[in-house]
Amino acid sequence: MKILITIRENNVAPRFDLTSEVLIALCENQEILGTPRTMLMNRPSAEDLCALIIKEGISTVICGGIEESHLKYLSWKKIQVVDSVIGPYSEALNAANAGFLKAGTILPGAKKRVLEK
Amino acid sequence: MKSASMHPLKKIAVTDILNGVPHGIAILDKNLCVVEMNSFLEVLTGFANADARGVYADFILRSNIDNHGRQFREVLESEECLSVAGNIITQHHKKIPVYFTVSSLVDDSGNAAGLLVFLEDLSGLQSLDKKRHSNDNVEKILGHSPKMQEIFELMPVLAHTDASVLITGETGTGKDMIAEAIHNTSKRSRHPFIKVNCGALPEALLESELFGHARGAFTGAVKDKPGLFRLAQDGTIFLTEIGDLPLTLQVKLLSVLDDKEFFPVGGVKKVKVDVRIIAATHHSLRELVKMGQFREDLFYRLNVLRLHLPSLRERDGDIRLLLDHFFREFNSNLNKGIKGYSNKALNVLTSYGYPGNVRELRNIVEYAVNICQENKIQRECLPKYLFEQAPRRKVQTQEEKRVEVNDGQEFPPKRDMEKRTNQVESSPGGWSEVEKEMILEAMKKTGGNRSRAALALGWGRTTLWRKLNRYGLN
Repeated sequence: MKILITIRENNVAPRFDLTSEVLIALCENQEILGTPRTMLMNRPSAEDLCALIIKEGISTVICGGIEESHLKYLSWKKIQVVDSVIGPYSEALNAANAGFLKAGTILPGAKKRVLEK
Repeated sequence: MKSASMHPLKKIAVTDILNGVPHGIAILDKNLCVVEMNSFLEVLTGFANADARGVYADFILRSNIDNHGRQFREVLESEECLSVAGNIITQHHKKIPVYFTVSSLVDDSGNAAGLLVFLEDLSGLQSLDKKRHSNDNVEKILGHSPKMQEIFELMPVLAHTDASVLITGETGTGKDMIAEAIHNTSKRSRHPFIKVNCGALPEALLESELFGHARGAFTGAVKDKPGLFRLAQDGTIFLTEIGDLPLTLQVKLLSVLDDKEFFPVGGVKKVKVDVRIIAATHHSLRELVKMGQFREDLFYRLNVLRLHLPSLRERDGDIRLLLDHFFREFNSNLNKGIKGYSNKALNVLTSYGYPGNVRELRNIVEYAVNICQENKIQRECLPKYLFEQAPRRKVQTQEEKRVEVNDGQEFPPKRDMEKRTNQVESSPGGWSEVEKEMILEAMKKTGGNRSRAALALGWGRTTLWRKLNRYGLN
């Protein structure tokens, strides 16, 4: 399973169309293979991001808010999209790898951030 | 004792007050994390207040304005209110235009304690605005044929200038829609678009309608009337059937086009107007000029930008497109649940000539959808006259067009009879069908006057009477 997470700093980026950085990880049998790599986008663009997702052969996308048209496009391309995820991307990746990440999840790390500050 | 003296209004919680406001409100702490959201914002974002509490606001709001919290932080530091338009993406995958107002909240000691973010949903306003100034008309004009593509390419050019436009084309080709679309995409779109049918009113009335009148100008003129030109100030006036405009009014129209001013009927003061003129006609104005029925100078004045709309017969492939479009429209409006056209019905519909162009096609589809009681539109659901006429009308030659614009004066010349005999072969009804059509056309053009029709056909009155009887037209 090849997972792409739209990221901003240490968190899942709040918007798919404004994402400028992504993390790509390979997972198999609930294990992350190797070190996930990050990629910087030339510019934030939902269309470019969709093209990248197709080009990289991604099977699961984890992101924040995404517009219906892009969601439908990716679903039509048989890519699983877990959207509206809030929290640190590392937690999101582990949760997805373990198979319990759902759309709209607010991960525990999203609130810890406040306590740390 | 203390609580007994407290004003009852002070017992109302802040959340209750926030919930009473019909806009999204979020209270953020110094870390820009959500402290409280009102119920309107819960609906707007799709996140529950309890879940959102303590989460960094941008992850909940998902706006395009915050720029990694920089703008919110600036408000917090400067304590200056920020008002900016942007958008948010909801949990239901909708992008909503929002007007943000962000102001700082200070504690008792005057230090910044957090932010109040106010979100006004602009989607209602924007859709209203879109309806008002939309390109709905442009979107409604359908066509994939090369001829229509040429029109679509030309339309933005016409919209960007202020010159007069002359739209020509057969009846039902969409001249009105094109005129309105040009107006809606022009810089005058915020101002009125007024349509006047020059053939619909008698001359005296038309002058008063167009240019207005002064009080007492004629019997019944009890007060000043501004006229359509003045009502269209800064906008566009669309003169449809300009070929039917009486000669006397053509002079006045020419002076308006040249000087942009005119005298209302019975008025002593000149009125200045700034109006763009779009004219349309299904006649050939050039022919009308030749016949002395249309002023040459006005023709050249109107003919600055010319747009000729092709008839449906010239629009390759568009018949099917329009058939499907109107089918979908009527099928959903009438909630009929019809699946489509049967092959036989489709054969008839695609091979018919549509002399009434898109208007006729639309009416045929409306009729069929209304009549149809089965799951597909059958041949029997189509209007009967489709089977009575020749399958495809010939594209008019210049000669035939001339006959049409003659308005029954010298119509049709005998040499046309020869031409028509050539059509017999292509007409399934043979000569009698062509002759019947000729008689009907002549009667139509002469307003039912048999003597004039007989003269125009080159027959005696008795011959015409005999033929009328033979074809059951009497």
